[in-house]
Amino acid sequence: MAVEAFARGGALPQGARFLQEAVPAAEGCYSQGHNRMTTMRRWITRWAVLAGMLLACTAHALTAQEALAIASGESDARSEALGQALAQGDDKTAAYLQALADDAVKLAAGQVLVVRDGKGQDPVSGQAMAVPLDAEDVMLNNRLRGEIDTALAALKLFSPEVKVRRQAALSLLKEPDARRKPLLDKALASEKDPQVLLLVRQARAAAMLRSAAANDRLLAARELATSAQPEVLLLLNQQLTAETDTAVQGVLRKATQDVQDGLRWGERLGTLFTGASLGSILLLVALGLAITYGLMGVINMAHGELMMIGAYATYVVQILFREHLPQAFDAYLLVAIPVAFLTSALVGAVMERTVLKHLYGRPLETLLATWGISLVLMQGVRSLFGAQNVGVENPAWMSGSLQLLPNLQLPWNRVLIIVFAAAVLVGMALLIGKTRLGLFVRGVTQNRPMASCMGVNTGRIDTYAFALGSGIAGLAGCALSQVGNVGPDLGQSYIVDSFMVVVLGGVGQLAGTVYAALGLGLANKLLEGWTGAVLAKIAVLVFIIVFIQKRPQGIFAMKGRSAEA
Amino acid sequence: MKKFQLPSHAPLLGRKAWTAFLLALIAVGLLAPVLNLVVPAGSPLHLSDFAVSLVGKIMCYAICALAMDLIWGYTGILSLGHGLFFALGGYVMGMYLMRQIGQDGNYKSDLPDFMVFLDWKELPWHWTLSDSFAATLMLVVLVPGVVAGVFGYFAFRSRIKGVYLSIITQAMTYAAMLLFFRNETGFGGNNGFTDFKRILDFPIATPNMRMTLFVLTGVTLLGFFLFSRWLVGSKYGRVLMAIRDAETRVMFSGYSPLPYKLSIWVISAVMCGIAGALYVPQVGIINPGEMSAANSIEMAVWAAVGGRGTLIGPIAGAFLVNGAKSWLTVTAPEFWLYFLGALFIAVTLYLPQGVVGLVAKLKNKQGGAA
Repeated sequence: MAVEAFARGGALPQGARFLQEAVPAAEGCYSQGHNRMTTMRRWITRWAVLAGMLLACTAHALTAQEALAIASGESDARSEALGQALAQGDDKTAAYLQALADDAVKLAAGQVLVVRDGKGQDPVSGQAMAVPLDAEDVMLNNRLRGEIDTALAALKLFSPEVKVRRQAALSLLKEPDARRKPLLDKALASEKDPQVLLLVRQARAAAMLRSAAANDRLLAARELATSAQPEVLLLLNQQLTAETDTAVQGVLRKATQDVQDGLRWGERLGTLFTGASLGSILLLVALGLAITYGLMGVINMAHGELMMIGAYATYVVQILFREHLPQAFDAYLLVAIPVAFLTSALVGAVMERTVLKHLYGRPLETLLATWGISLVLMQGVRSLFGAQNVGVENPAWMSGSLQLLPNLQLPWNRVLIIVFAAAVLVGMALLIGKTRLGLFVRGVTQNRPMASCMGVNTGRIDTYAFALGSGIAGLAGCALSQVGNVGPDLGQSYIVDSFMVVVLGGVGQLAGTVYAALGLGLANKLLEGWTGAVLAKIAVLVFIIVFIQKRPQGIFAMKGRSAEA
Repeated sequence: MKKFQLPSHAPLLGRKAWTAFLLALIAVGLLAPVLNLVVPAGSPLHLSDFAVSLVGKIMCYAICALAMDLIWGYTGILSLGHGLFFALGGYVMGMYLMRQIGQDGNYKSDLPDFMVFLDWKELPWHWTLSDSFAATLMLVVLVPGVVAGVFGYFAFRSRIKGVYLSIITQAMTYAAMLLFFRNETGFGGNNGFTDFKRILDFPIATPNMRMTLFVLTGVTLLGFFLFSRWLVGSKYGRVLMAIRDAETRVMFSGYSPLPYKLSIWVISAVMCGIAGALYVPQVGIINPGEMSAANSIEMAVWAAVGGRGTLIGPIAGAFLVNGAKSWLTVTAPEFWLYFLGALFIAVTLYLPQGVVGLVAKLKNKQGGAA
């Protein structure tokens, strides 16, 4: 998987270098453009003042001129007009901008009109009007589209709902624009909610960060120091490199420091969370192996393919729900879990009965035979479902994320997989430790002839145990289908990792498997922070190889007689 | 101490076997070049270029299978990392071939194309010796040998055996593959090396060069066969087999298995490295895909299909499996993996002695009936 991702990003360093070169160049452009724009702004302001005097009455609502100026002309002038209209924006402005964003505005003979469902309307007066035949669509380039989007957000600052206002302030904070300052001032005066007020103040500060007056910049930097948004850090850093005033530089530096301190916890927790998430996936993958390899001594190279089968079972259940029970689509996963378990367990049982039964005690041969089985299973899935990845959708209750800190979002699907892994672990521990089947499995593992003498049908127990391990692989596949791609190669990318977990944890040890899975997941993600993903992975593999040299039995070595088995 | 009399040495090859060996040598060294280069293309006796390159490739695989057999069939160590040694040998040769391109690359630079693409200004340190053919030949042996020696020393010293060893060799290969996929490692990233132009200043894509490499590979394979034959017939070979059958008992008899296992491990790694170095100029490309787990496991299958613990078996196995592969991937590509998978299962279940064992069994039956 990593390899594939890398193959796609083959030319990445090249691209990255281009970017590095491009950034200072773009900044240069920006400052030049900025100068040009200030000159132009002066002109336009004069023109606007003149126009205002001519009109005698300053319309607070959207005017036909403004509407036209936003819809046609050069991009710079249009964006300027947008800023003007926004400074005194009302509901009509908002509706007009929304229409622009929806591509519903047309232009005919110097007159703009909003066309929705084939019906024309004058955006200023709100009266219906006929759509002329020669009406042309109003084009928006990316820059204008982006500006209109933030402008719409700015207008939402006055929404009656706190949530909407909060969101609007946040988006303005993330994409500051000096021209939104009057609007923010207005919002500051009217805002009552203390949380939103703080955000509005920060957004206003962000908008002032590039102000020409050093004092404004100073105040803005001080204000922004209280923020804990990752985007603010970027803004402050950008300003720090461009700043010329030493006093402001000092304040900016301090503000950057403060914001960084605020963000640090989120980052730490985020790393821990991704580590735990990877660990939980490794745990799910390795738990099945802990039974088939750890307890039964079968080197199951087809384990990854059993996971793949679980994932495809989930896919099939999803398709069936979409076709026949669309109203209960969100519940499909609950059905998919047992289906994935049973499908993989069945395939595993067939494998055990037909092939592996003849190979017990010859681990190297099981390795080759199961590798053969994995090839057949992979090709079988390719024949049935095609070689491309298939799409498995998250149910609604699994999408989205839990926002804990401004820079710490925990995606629900990952949170739920951690919970699921824990549940599977507990279930398996109970099954092995407390049930009759578990007792038999442990008995057969520890001393096959003796268990047989006690009347245990060892052949049947082998099949059950192998089916159980395979079923858990199916569960892992079901979980993986919720976070990654589902394709015929799904299993291949996990097989080395999962064997590492089992070997590191100590063969035949559930507790060892748990520690090894979580440890490897965390180590991988922590290392990733400062070496990059590929080197982290290599480092972990090398660590395991060295570790096994030192402790060939893994973290938790079996003691006593069974150690020699 | 009284010296035990070992059973007298069997001759290196029997009379029949020597005849077969000489015939093979003539076929590779004389017949194939004549049929390919001298006999005109229209004649039914003509050996096509396609057949030459295919057989040349398979002979490289056969060397790997032979190496695999020494370590697995005779010493009982299943390595899933021989693909790494094969690729290392190939990469060393590939580096030399890249330097031989000279300024004929797309960027007309002294540096290989991919380095220009990455905007590197000079060769990294590990490319220092790559412009010398003699040094390359040395490194083809040394690099896989040293890597295998270091890895093997630590692994065998801590008495890692059986499945554990298989799994950590696989992990080693996987880690190396990830490393070679990185552009920063300096081996061309996921594209590897390709577009070779010449070797020893001779153009590489000519019929004569193809035939030269073919003969070279064939002679190497036959040479390794004789060498292995000598090795397993010696006292050293007997200790190896004893280690395979009962390592603990070997230790109790006063032998330390470490030097034996380590030396055969290094020998087989070097054989794979040489096979890789012969392979790369013939197929014209080397990339990290050669290190994937599947390739190493396939090597084990060649040996298993032919018959472990015999020397002719792995060579036959490499030819059978790869012949089937090149035939099936053309006629019925979707069946190739089914076939390969079924082969794995069938061989482990029903043919533990491989094809050679099957032939011997049939012969015995006939002999018994007659």
